[in-house]
Amino acid sequence: MTDFLLGYLPVLILFGIALALSIAFLLIPAIIAPKQPDTEKLSTYECGFNAFDDSRMKFDVQFYLVAILFIIFDLEVAFLFPYAVSAGHLGNYAWVVVMIFLLELTAGLVYAWKKGALDWH
Amino acid sequence: MFELIQFWSNLSPLAWFGWKIAQVLAFVLVLALLVAALVLADRKIWAAAQMRRGPNVVGVFGLLQTIADALKFFFKELIVPSGSDKFLFIAAPVITLVMAFLAWAVIPVAPGWVMSDINVGVLYVLAISSLGVYGIIIGGWASNSKYPFMGALRSAAQMISYEVSIGFIILTVAALVGSLNLTEIVAAQEGGFWNWHMFYLNFSNPVHLLLFPVMFYMGILFFISALAETNRPPFDLPEAESELVAGYQVEYSSTPFLMYFFGEYVNIMLLCGMMTILFLGGWHAPIDLGFQFLPPVFWFFLKCSFLFFLFAMVKAIVPRYRYDQLMRLGWKVFLPTALVSIMIVLTFVNFFGTGAT
Repeated sequence: MTDFLLGYLPVLILFGIALALSIAFLLIPAIIAPKQPDTEKLSTYECGFNAFDDSRMKFDVQFYLVAILFIIFDLEVAFLFPYAVSAGHLGNYAWVVVMIFLLELTAGLVYAWKKGALDWH
Repeated sequence: MFELIQFWSNLSPLAWFGWKIAQVLAFVLVLALLVAALVLADRKIWAAAQMRRGPNVVGVFGLLQTIADALKFFFKELIVPSGSDKFLFIAAPVITLVMAFLAWAVIPVAPGWVMSDINVGVLYVLAISSLGVYGIIIGGWASNSKYPFMGALRSAAQMISYEVSIGFIILTVAALVGSLNLTEIVAAQEGGFWNWHMFYLNFSNPVHLLLFPVMFYMGILFFISALAETNRPPFDLPEAESELVAGYQVEYSSTPFLMYFFGEYVNIMLLCGMMTILFLGGWHAPIDLGFQFLPPVFWFFLKCSFLFFLFAMVKAIVPRYRYDQLMRLGWKVFLPTALVSIMIVLTFVNFFGTGAT
């Protein structure tokens, strides 16, 4: 068990180093760079006038649909990994089950396609 | 090599820990230097395609141009817009950079040259690259400005769309090898370029010869999805200059911008490395011609450089996609064909065994 966990230690070390590097990146300009903020400099980027309203506005529902479809198919990928790795020695029963699973999700994709969820206007 | 590992593991835990830290530091340092070289190569190739000279003033042939550019960012004013969500605004580029580096922990560049040789390497890379989307979408939202907001939405939608295809493509390779460990995936492609998954001519298992077109197609699909995943041209819609000025990084200046830029190139290198490992045989030479004196890492580096050259050429040659075309390509072409391909590969593996024997 400890050997197994020690295998992940470099990930933790790398996380620490990358985080330290990022914080150093943030601190250096905070110390050595000039600081002359004014209202115009700190205002939102726009074409020469002040923003009319908050920018967190309504957006196209299509993005939401893409996110939902992504969750379905990414979960499918995550489910398939254990089978894919051991596909060579699980036998025909497992294969039939996985094919049914895949065909169901293909039917889901076809449904989303026919409903126009994949069309952008 | 094995004796060396034995030697180090017999040391006291503290020394072992120090050795690990030194290893990781060296890896990060090399990675950072490679990014500097890569940015320059990108600009030089782009310039050459347009019959310009590219950067050639700082250092010999402009070799120090990237380092000069990076240093410049440290002397620029750190601007946090007054309307922004200040903590998230600063945290977003940190997430991007940390996640870009973190995925490299499992990439083997030569036999034994890997930070952590975990048995779920492929899954780890997929998970970390999914987290990378947060850096972009948080940055765009925290800026509280319309261009970054739209850019972040577009970028997130594009990245998750192509991530699905990448997931299916990686599944085909995992099924053929029967392992999620990246070192084992490379080891399965030993012997010559006909054993690589891109040119899959597996003579030890003749029925698998029928899989050649499927795997070749998967390789090409992975390359194109990698372009979309890293927001490279022709899929650089999140930062389309003519529509969104610079997408999610409009409001960023100084080192936060540098961190986005840095993270983006580390990600590009990661996908070049993943393509090399999954499809182009990792550190194995294409044909055994008596080049054994070359270290394995040379071949890995050569293949990665070639793939990056293709990335840069695509940027110079191909015009930008329209957003609806991009989403149609991802959902209506790549996803269905990848789905069919994984079905074919799983069927082959079930009835005729894995590619190994």
